Amino acid sequence: MELLSFGDTGWGDEMLRACIMTFAVSVCAMSFGIILAIPFVIMKLSNSFILKLIANFFTTVVRGVPELLIIYLFFFGSSAAIMFIARIFGYNGYIEINAFIVGAFCVGIIAAAYSTEVLRGAVLAIPKGQIEASKSFGIKGKRLLFGIMIPQTLRIALPGIGNVWQLALKDTSLISVTGLVEIMRQTHISSGVTRQPFLFLITAAILYLTLTTFSNKIFIFAENKYSKGYV
Amino acid sequence: MNFSLIFESFLKILNGLALSLEIIVLSLILGFLASILIVLMRLSKNILFSRFSRGFIFSIRGTPLLVQIYFIYYGLAQFSFIRDSFLWIILKEPFWCGVIALTINTSAYTAEIIRSGLNAISKGQIESATAFGMTKFQTFKRILIPQALRQSIPAYSNEIILMIKSSSLVSIITIMEMTGIARKIISTTFAPIEVFIAAGIIYLFLNYLITIIFRQVEKRYSVSY
Repeated sequence: MELLSFGDTGWGDEMLRACIMTFAVSVCAMSFGIILAIPFVIMKLSNSFILKLIANFFTTVVRGVPELLIIYLFFFGSSAAIMFIARIFGYNGYIEINAFIVGAFCVGIIAAAYSTEVLRGAVLAIPKGQIEASKSFGIKGKRLLFGIMIPQTLRIALPGIGNVWQLALKDTSLISVTGLVEIMRQTHISSGVTRQPFLFLITAAILYLTLTTFSNKIFIFAENKYSKGYV
Repeated sequence: MNFSLIFESFLKILNGLALSLEIIVLSLILGFLASILIVLMRLSKNILFSRFSRGFIFSIRGTPLLVQIYFIYYGLAQFSFIRDSFLWIILKEPFWCGVIALTINTSAYTAEIIRSGLNAISKGQIESATAFGMTKFQTFKRILIPQALRQSIPAYSNEIILMIKSSSLVSIITIMEMTGIARKIISTTFAPIEVFIAAGIIYLFLNYLITIIFRQVEKRYSVSY
């Protein structure tokens, strides 16, 4: 147990810091994912064949290929791409991109693909009659979008977004392969030094369970709050 | 874009397909069998059983698969009594560690799928089965299980696709299945895009196959409705 104490002798503070790192990466990835999902939702709901094709290609590929491969693609691909650009400007050294940014980007892309499907379903779940009714009341354009469509989409999408968040939280464990010191990486380091992998893996599991359970509680609270008067 | 490299890595990655499929199929079968046991425990009146099952499902679904794989591969190896026991014959092999971790993972998710399938059956059916004089076992066999399985088909096909994707994680514990080979090619050629395309095609094709098969299965078993 003294191995998990705080300070110089124990690994408690390191594990806690790693836990905060996991949370930070997940929040960044999720925000990026939802922002990226919006244009794809618009593309999927558009009438253009090409736009639909592009959006469907994106979601099918990202949701069908292992997360690990996507992380390898961007982790190795991004530094190769940056070095290629640097070489044009005459810099020939090795450049490595910040692991946090690559990690949040990768998990963000995955979250975006799943969020696209969730948001698309939510938009389609709004009864058509409502839109027709608003139009006949003279509510159109921006007011229709911000007053009728978006609030309802968000309410309907909330449980689905909660699931994507859980997924993103767990997927951040994979970016430990890029060297970012989040829970899994720290667990690996600590168990290597102390030769007590069992203890640190249990700690990691408890940290993940705490994160998933607490965020789940928050999502359920939000769901109850925003579905008042509907169920 | 280097097309010959895509083709070359495609062939190399294809060599890992058999191992990937072996891991996926083995853990799906074992996981399905284990999930039935977990559901029965979850629904049993014995508080100890149902608590254990609930805790198991909660902790497996709440932690990343990577933690579970590391736990089996590194965590258990810490104890000398495990290293000395007969279990070590299995646990020293990365292959079996991967299969065990994936089995445990899918059993928890499958148990939830089957449970929600069982919950979807109306109580009246069970009551009428009892009224017809069916025993508990007969009710299970004739009424509950066929309907629960049919109800679970779409969700289970999703679980299979998730397992195909999850199987890539065992490459982290040195198993050279498809993603392991892909990773090796990337680190020698520094061509992540080409390798990603080659590996991605195989994974997408596998998922497509599962989708098509399960669409047929669903069609076949929903005839009576």
